[in-house]
Amino acid sequence: MASEKQYFFDNPDNVRKVLRVFYGICILLFALDFVIHRHTEFRWEGLPGFYPLYGFVGCVVLVFAAKWMRTFLMRPQDYYDKRELEAQREDSSQNAVVEPAAPPATIHLSGGHDHV
Amino acid sequence: MFEIAPFVPFFIAAALGLLLRGWLRGTLFIAVSVLGLANLWLLGAAGTGLEFGHYTILDFHLLLFRADRLSLLFGYLFHIAALIAVIYALHVRDTLQQVASMLYAGSALGAVFAGDLLTLFIFWELLALTSVFLVWARRSGRAYVAGLRYFTLHILSGLLLLGGIIIYGQTHSTLEFGEIGLAGNILDNPAGWMIFLAFGIKCAFPFFHSWLTDAYPESTPTGTVFLSAFTTKVAVYALARAYPGTELLVYIGATMACFPIFYAVIENDLRRVLAYSLINQLGFMVVGIGIGTSLAINGAVAHAFNDVIFKGLLFMSMGAVLHVTGKINGSELGGLYKKMPKTTVLCIVGAASISAFPLFSGFVSKSMVMSAAIKNGYDGVWLVLLFASAGVFHHAGIKIPYFAFFAHDAKLPAREPPVNMLLAMTIAAALCLAIGIYPQALYSLLPHQVSYTPYDVTHVLTQLQLLFFSALAFVWLNLRHLYPPELPSVNLDADWIYRRLVPDAMRALFNRLFALDNRLRSAMVGSVGRLLEGVTTHHRADGVMARNWRTGSMVAGVVLLLGIYLILGWL
Repeated sequence: MASEKQYFFDNPDNVRKVLRVFYGICILLFALDFVIHRHTEFRWEGLPGFYPLYGFVGCVVLVFAAKWMRTFLMRPQDYYDKRELEAQREDSSQNAVVEPAAPPATIHLSGGHDHV
Repeated sequence: MFEIAPFVPFFIAAALGLLLRGWLRGTLFIAVSVLGLANLWLLGAAGTGLEFGHYTILDFHLLLFRADRLSLLFGYLFHIAALIAVIYALHVRDTLQQVASMLYAGSALGAVFAGDLLTLFIFWELLALTSVFLVWARRSGRAYVAGLRYFTLHILSGLLLLGGIIIYGQTHSTLEFGEIGLAGNILDNPAGWMIFLAFGIKCAFPFFHSWLTDAYPESTPTGTVFLSAFTTKVAVYALARAYPGTELLVYIGATMACFPIFYAVIENDLRRVLAYSLINQLGFMVVGIGIGTSLAINGAVAHAFNDVIFKGLLFMSMGAVLHVTGKINGSELGGLYKKMPKTTVLCIVGAASISAFPLFSGFVSKSMVMSAAIKNGYDGVWLVLLFASAGVFHHAGIKIPYFAFFAHDAKLPAREPPVNMLLAMTIAAALCLAIGIYPQALYSLLPHQVSYTPYDVTHVLTQLQLLFFSALAFVWLNLRHLYPPELPSVNLDADWIYRRLVPDAMRALFNRLFALDNRLRSAMVGSVGRLLEGVTTHHRADGVMARNWRTGSMVAGVVLLLGIYLILGWL
């Protein structure tokens, strides 16, 4: 059975191995900064570890900022639908368009795609 | 080769597509894309500066086809994009969608080769008119209302363009589509600003971007692939032709590159994540156009070329997921690599390309814009773009494949998508790799002759450092459970203004007006009632008006009147 088949990432050991290789590459790339002389055009660019730090810190800041944005931007999934789809349904009933009353979000999910 | 405007075969194919069915229609569409590309290639090889299709309306000389290196590159690109998307959609049995997509691709080609502004306007409107059917083709309530909003904004863009063209025609007495520029303020140069804004709406400038993130994810799995290729790239082309070197574009582009990545991190619908990252990539192109040097324009155009292919690939892989599982929210997906290994690999190729990994296509074009920014002294903008590069890897490079194909196993019933979908994705992935490995092929087609070598030790090393440590941040945040989980939710964006704020404000305003109107009416009714009351009191049995007058007092009144006449006569 396919569902009982053990896949690569099902085994935590494999995940650990992949991560260890990944950490190794990170350390290597960081170390190369001290070995290879880069040509630079920007004043901070010459600092050893500029790019690794910028990438790491940038992404952490990005994620924390985005998490904070959730506190005031996040709304329930049907936030717009409640009003817009109801208004639309009223419209269509007024215009006497014969349309099944099924919830529109669930019909034709594949939009005319036949499974081949 | 035939001297035929490239949009014509597409329109004819669309008309024939109404009559044909099944594989015949598919073959026709593929043939038109391939033969159109071959014909355009021969036309381009014959030399640039080629023009034909002159016609005259009123006193204006209009031109259907004018080719230079800039328009030819976009022409090739749109043929390739159409071919890939047509193959991807071969299994679809929906005449509306297939005909609309051919008309849409044709309109994009017409706009790119338009030699004058009026022809551009016609295809500009046709783009909106044909593409909205790809949104509606989903046939859901949400797609219907999103399509209406999409259509309204694009018609607004078209009207602005038309207004700008009319003023431009009056002041310049030519409608040739060349450099327009933003010289002077809005009052001195209204045509320039109106056309700029019209292009800006289609190019998803900040605050005008929400039609994109609103409508694209509501389209069908195949429709979104078409949509992602044409509209915004036509706008990039138009900006590159009319507004190169406009400094304002540098800052607009930097904003576009930056703000969508925050939204992309918290967005749950994975195709909407891609829509945000589409704006982010457009930002790089807009910055390049704004800088306006040969290197920057080359970078912007090359990035547009690559973006169509790798963004198309990502949209195709997510479309395949939606097609197979019926789900697209990150909160409902996961573990699909077990059942869709080929799609997973193809998606990762797209993710690596958009993240600009060395040997993938994004690397060879994004870096041109970046180095143009730093060479021209835009240090702050360069830092913003560097942040955006790290961010795009974070959300499009890692988040998309991770939450769809890895993460926790959602145990969804799934299998590989149909062969034609896999084939289209494979072509796109092969192009991503080919351009990444041998960029000179693309560079030789660019508008300006610039020698640029993307592969040197510094560039490869710094890019790898940036990307790997961005990935390290993701791993660290994920292991610490600090990464925001995928939540079924809606995040407020600029579309909130016209979906909530304005309707609510209008509702409040009308409620207030109705209340005021009500009070005025009741006050008037009250005063009329009081007036009637007053009148009736005077006419009642004992009222003043109902009293009998005696003859004597009437005579006295007449005497008084006559007396007054006498006095007036004396005076």
